[in-house]
Amino acid sequence: MWEYTDKVKDLFLHPKNVGEIDNPDAVGEVGSIVCGDALKLTLKIDRETNRITDAKFKTFGCASAIASSTALTELIKGKTLDEALNITNQDIAAFLGGLPREKMHCSVMGYEALEAAVANYRGEKPCEVEEGEIVCMCFGVTDQKIKRVIMENKLRTVEDVTNFTKAGGGCGGCIPDIEKILKEVWAEKVIEETVKPRKKLTNIQKIALIQETIEKEIRPLLQADNGDIELIDIDGSRVIISLRGTCTGCLMADVTVKNIEKKLKELVNEELVVEVE
Amino acid sequence: MKVVYLDNNATTKVADEVREAMLPYLSELYGNPSSMHTFGGQVHRNIEIAREQVAALINAEPEEIIFTSCGTESDNTALMSALLSRHDKKHIITTRVEHPAVLNFCKTTAREGYRVTFLPVDKGGRLNLEELRAALTDDTAVVSIMYANNESGVIFPIHDIADIVKSKGVPFHIDAVQATGKIPIDVKKLPCDMMSISGHKMHAAKGVAALYIKRGARFTPYIIGGHQEHGRRAGTENVASIVGFGVASDLAKKHLQTEGTRIQDLKDKLEQGLFNTCPDPRINGDMVNRLPNTTNISFEYVEGEAILLKLNEFNICASSGSACTSGSLEPSHVLRSMGVPFTAIHGSVRFSLSRYTTEEEIDFVLEKMPPIIKELRELSPYGTDLACH
Repeated sequence: MWEYTDKVKDLFLHPKNVGEIDNPDAVGEVGSIVCGDALKLTLKIDRETNRITDAKFKTFGCASAIASSTALTELIKGKTLDEALNITNQDIAAFLGGLPREKMHCSVMGYEALEAAVANYRGEKPCEVEEGEIVCMCFGVTDQKIKRVIMENKLRTVEDVTNFTKAGGGCGGCIPDIEKILKEVWAEKVIEETVKPRKKLTNIQKIALIQETIEKEIRPLLQADNGDIELIDIDGSRVIISLRGTCTGCLMADVTVKNIEKKLKELVNEELVVEVE
Repeated sequence: MKVVYLDNNATTKVADEVREAMLPYLSELYGNPSSMHTFGGQVHRNIEIAREQVAALINAEPEEIIFTSCGTESDNTALMSALLSRHDKKHIITTRVEHPAVLNFCKTTAREGYRVTFLPVDKGGRLNLEELRAALTDDTAVVSIMYANNESGVIFPIHDIADIVKSKGVPFHIDAVQATGKIPIDVKKLPCDMMSISGHKMHAAKGVAALYIKRGARFTPYIIGGHQEHGRRAGTENVASIVGFGVASDLAKKHLQTEGTRIQDLKDKLEQGLFNTCPDPRINGDMVNRLPNTTNISFEYVEGEAILLKLNEFNICASSGSACTSGSLEPSHVLRSMGVPFTAIHGSVRFSLSRYTTEEEIDFVLEKMPPIIKELRELSPYGTDLACH
């Protein structure tokens, strides 16, 4: 038994904007009967103002899919296309007073139907869902979609990716791929976040960040090859280190030091120079 | 609003007689049946009466019955015992449509190095007995096959299966959780080594089940501890539920003899009525060898959870094999094994009746169901020309 909000129940039992618009200006179709839910969205658009004057849906799916379809059509009616595209799946879920986590993919489907319809109206390729590589064979979910939904909804676990996109919910064969995508997305995110504040570092902050970068970013890589690194001193922009383990006397040590320097420049400060004790 | 309960394969109402029999053990008779004093020890006699009653339902001897906590425990115990008793054998045979209690147990053992044969079923949910015969090897430790399927209601030819398995001398376990109390079972005529039955599927309380272990069959306990159940299942007995299970078995036996085909007739009326009012329904499963109380019907192009929630508005309880109701994103493994097309699998509804089901309730469902299917088909982007009459 799902814990649906009263709003979801109400909009499931009394859906609004059901049907298909005759001669629609835009049509967006997503999902499939095999996957268990599908949504066909038809729009009437004022060609001069690009404003959505009417929206109707037909949905095959569970209660939350049907309620999400009503939410979508209510949210976009009267908006311009650009305004409508600013709506996210979170807005659809919020309109419904929230959805069970396992049902968030219904709100994502609503958003995708809108994207598909706008692309159709603008004569673009029918929806970006078709771009990228298929990761989940069971539900036909691409890496692009998984990445976007991870970032928009700040997802951290495979379980949540399944809740929001269905990917991984079938045979489970793609779960390692989803884990990889999660790691990639959040690794990129970490870099972006740490790059920003680097201009205003105090000396103490700089030292702390160098230490942290060595511990988290550099050391694990060296240790993976049975090597190691020790931070000896920081003198202005000079970072003095010592290589340990198999790194000692390694023919590739120069390359390793250059790479360490590159990482520190990237994550801490452009001016840093790495020297071996 | 009155509840119209047509989900009896999930669980059943506790019979009034069962509840009455249980109550003393939830109040004044709280003693431990293992105690030396009369206050506790007297309770033990009632457990033995219940054992006789449960045994009588399947024509077993009382000492061939041990009480467990649920059907899953009975299934797990049976399989684990078979594997431990013949630890040199590394092959298990079961079917693709078993209850998760057997299916997932077998999948776990497969990860531990056992070879598992999952026998397929045809469109009607039927097994091919030749495939069973061919799968049996000298290395087979146990064969575990259900008597009747919980989702489709299909009854397997369990006597023929037992003959094949026993002709090879392989231990045979039957998951009879859905069959007991619904069709007559006689273990004296059915050569199996173990059989799981469950209380709450036949109007006893939850938390009690039984495992039949044929006299002389090798058995290794699963739950280890005290001497309860003659050391075959440790743990203080769930006295109230066990006593209730005994009464429920008595009632089930009586009911099987007196009521005959009443439930079957009601189910046929429901099926026929839905066929007459909704275009393109399909029955999932063998039309002949089915439990008298179960029907699994698909309404193409609509989704099962949506049907259930609309029925819920009228307090009608049923269940579905659709992905959205499964707790995962995968639709029912039983219907998929039967090759039910996806267009129909998501729109499947299972109605399971009981001896408490009335004709008025069936009429009520037949009145409410067609407009529900009609509304949902109008909402659906597929097959819009299939509205109900």
